[in-house]
Amino acid sequence: MSKEKITMTEGLADIMPPEYQELVATATYGKEDRGWKDIGSSKELIEQHSLCAGCPESIAFRYILASLPNPEDTIFVGSTGCTSLVFPHVAVQNIHSLFGNQNAIASGLKRALARRYPDKVKDVVVLAGDGATVDIGLDMTMQSWFRQEKFTTICFDNELYANTGGQESGLMQKGFVAKMAPSGKNFDKVRLPEIAREAGCHYIAMLTVSKPGRVEKALKNAIMVAREIGPTYLQLYTPCILEIGKQSMEGLDEMKESEEIGGRFVMKEYISDQAQELIDTLAAEEKARKKAAKAAKTKKTVSA
Amino acid sequence: MNKTVDRPKDRIIRSQHVKLGTKNKMGQTYTDINTMFFEVEREPSFMTGSEVIRQAVKVASVGTSVAYPITPQSEAAALIGELYAEGYLEEYFRGESEFAVMGQCAGAAFGGHRVFTTTAGPGTLRAMENFPMWAGSRLPIQVCVTMRGVNSPLSIQPDTLEAHYLLETGMLMWHAETAQDLYDFILKGFIVAEQPDVHIPIATMCDGFFVTHTKDTVMLPPDDLCLPPYDPYKSPVPCMDMECPPVRMMRDPFVMKSNYISYSTHASWQQEIRAAIERSRKHTIHLLDGLIDVHNIDREIIMVASGTAVSQSREAIRLLEEEGIKVGLVKIKTIRPFPHEEIKEATKRAKHIFVPEFNLAGWLAREIKAIVPNNERVIAGPHVAGGMTMPSEVIVEEIKKYLGIEVASSDRRN
Ligand SMILES: Cc1ncc(C[n+]2csc(CCOP(=O)(O)OP(=O)(O)O)c2C)c(N)n1
Ligand code: SF4
Ligand SMILES: [Mg+2]
Repeated sequence: MSKEKITMTEGLADIMPPEYQELVATATYGKEDRGWKDIGSSKELIEQHSLCAGCPESIAFRYILASLPNPEDTIFVGSTGCTSLVFPHVAVQNIHSLFGNQNAIASGLKRALARRYPDKVKDVVVLAGDGATVDIGLDMTMQSWFRQEKFTTICFDNELYANTGGQESGLMQKGFVAKMAPSGKNFDKVRLPEIAREAGCHYIAMLTVSKPGRVEKALKNAIMVAREIGPTYLQLYTPCILEIGKQSMEGLDEMKESEEIGGRFVMKEYISDQAQELIDTLAAEEKARKKAAKAAKTKKTVSA
Repeated sequence: MNKTVDRPKDRIIRSQHVKLGTKNKMGQTYTDINTMFFEVEREPSFMTGSEVIRQAVKVASVGTSVAYPITPQSEAAALIGELYAEGYLEEYFRGESEFAVMGQCAGAAFGGHRVFTTTAGPGTLRAMENFPMWAGSRLPIQVCVTMRGVNSPLSIQPDTLEAHYLLETGMLMWHAETAQDLYDFILKGFIVAEQPDVHIPIATMCDGFFVTHTKDTVMLPPDDLCLPPYDPYKSPVPCMDMECPPVRMMRDPFVMKSNYISYSTHASWQQEIRAAIERSRKHTIHLLDGLIDVHNIDREIIMVASGTAVSQSREAIRLLEEEGIKVGLVKIKTIRPFPHEEIKEATKRAKHIFVPEFNLAGWLAREIKAIVPNNERVIAGPHVAGGMTMPSEVIVEEIKKYLGIEVASSDRRN
């Protein structure tokens, strides 16, 4: 991990805009234990965004970008929707092509990169709305899981089509009155986590983004498992405060309420045996690394 | 003044380009395109159009191909799978639909691979949303379109209507007459589409069955040579492999803005794609020896056609000649870019311009009518559709009828 890719050559440094200078100076690229705590001090983790004020998608985006284990070799694939308004601001390459075809794009991309860089890890991450993932793109979402494509799919579940003005989506709750569901949605919220498990995903987590530590852990698990084993899926509740009539400060409360016992976003994880083994090994390695680092530090202090 | 630019070795994005003369893992030698296309001695082979597609892909240094069954391209797509199994391609799989396939092709192209796929008829229409996206994303993907009917009730028969739908997608479109054309177009198509000043997708089209399922003699270079691979760092837009720094593209995405800057961004991007098509002319003229071929264009009657309608026209011209009616011929090789000037020039002396087509829409006739002066000279037809063949006699009959010459067979019908 390093900042090498974004660092300017000396000759060009003085003509680069201060914004870019700052991006390089504060980048967390190259920092081994980067995580959600870097938000606020690092420019590449979305300094600005063009979502509605207080939209939980914006904080979800930041947690995800901050938690990527390998940002300098990570490529995002997005889709049309509110998420597509954020990608122009982030310091990882990202592809927007069409609405709903994100897992098809990611399949071709991941395979080509794996062939072109056999000795390097190139993580591919799909990030799309619930309409894109579950409705118009369900076919491609699931087929990529059947084929065991090695990338992570993240769905920002706001339970409706936000970008087009709040229409019914498959992940919407039953009974919710929305545009195009004038007398209330008449079928249940699609159970995509369960479908993902049956379709061959090795790590699945459904949670809200109220607790950054949880999001960070789930994302890291999802990416490492996708890298080594096969497809993974994260479904994050990012309520559309605009369409459910909440104020900009109320997103967090909405998420917290939905994850209370009996709520529809109580955190759940499905982990295949193979994935669990990997997660355990990685956790053990991480523990050992931290222990060694601590020991080295104490030794240094003692000798000093 | 700016400081001298230092370029430490490891920061330069090195081209992945291999050296000409070296061998790939299959033992094929990367060969200069001029040598490959114009100098190497070719040997005759007798094979179907599908096999010809396979032979072209074999020497094209293709990275990824994604397949989906639809007649009449299924055989070619499966043969490419065999090439993959032998080791000639790096990636190959069956997608779940043409819409998905074209997305998967886009993903591989975004990731820096040379990409080839095939489709036909309903598959082309199912995939449609992807084509302008490919062009807008500047992906030089090649799709070989083996044209067939798109009508309902279901038809699998040859019909070139689908080309009409592709005209404004922003892709280059080359229409092969024969299996030989198809072979050459596939290889040369990659080279033109991948030029940095072009860098847009290309549809290499042929008439389904007539070309794919018939055997023909084709002259092929030895298959132990191959094209130099695609170099993604010559793309006018960054390759999505995180090997160069990501850019913050814009502060506010244009999609949400209704202002002049937004309109003009989108409009100029569309113009740029069209300009890229135009810029392909110079490369294409060199490689295809012109965008059109002409024969006896000093005559009063000229037939202008593309695809297998050209072959049928040639035979019709021979029959007419026997009766003392002299007819010239223009064969159009590229539909995009459309050879405006060439066609105008070639037909300037003609009093009657016949445009035979294998579809009912008459898209080629419309294109020609739009560019030649005195366009009442353009006669859209004869047309056949739904899989009908276009016997040369039918063309002869149409021309004679139009000219007011008595036609023996129509007498019989009376
Ligand atoms: C083929 C196609 N159909 C419809 C649309 C219109 N469209 C754009 S965004 C969108 C909704 C996105 O919903 P979701 O995926 O849930 O994302 P959100 O905006 O809620 O984050 C729709 C229907 C489109 N762009 N393309
Ligand atoms: S419309 Fe909803 S999801 Fe979209 S930015 Fe606004 S609050 Fe967020
Ligand atoms: Mg949504």
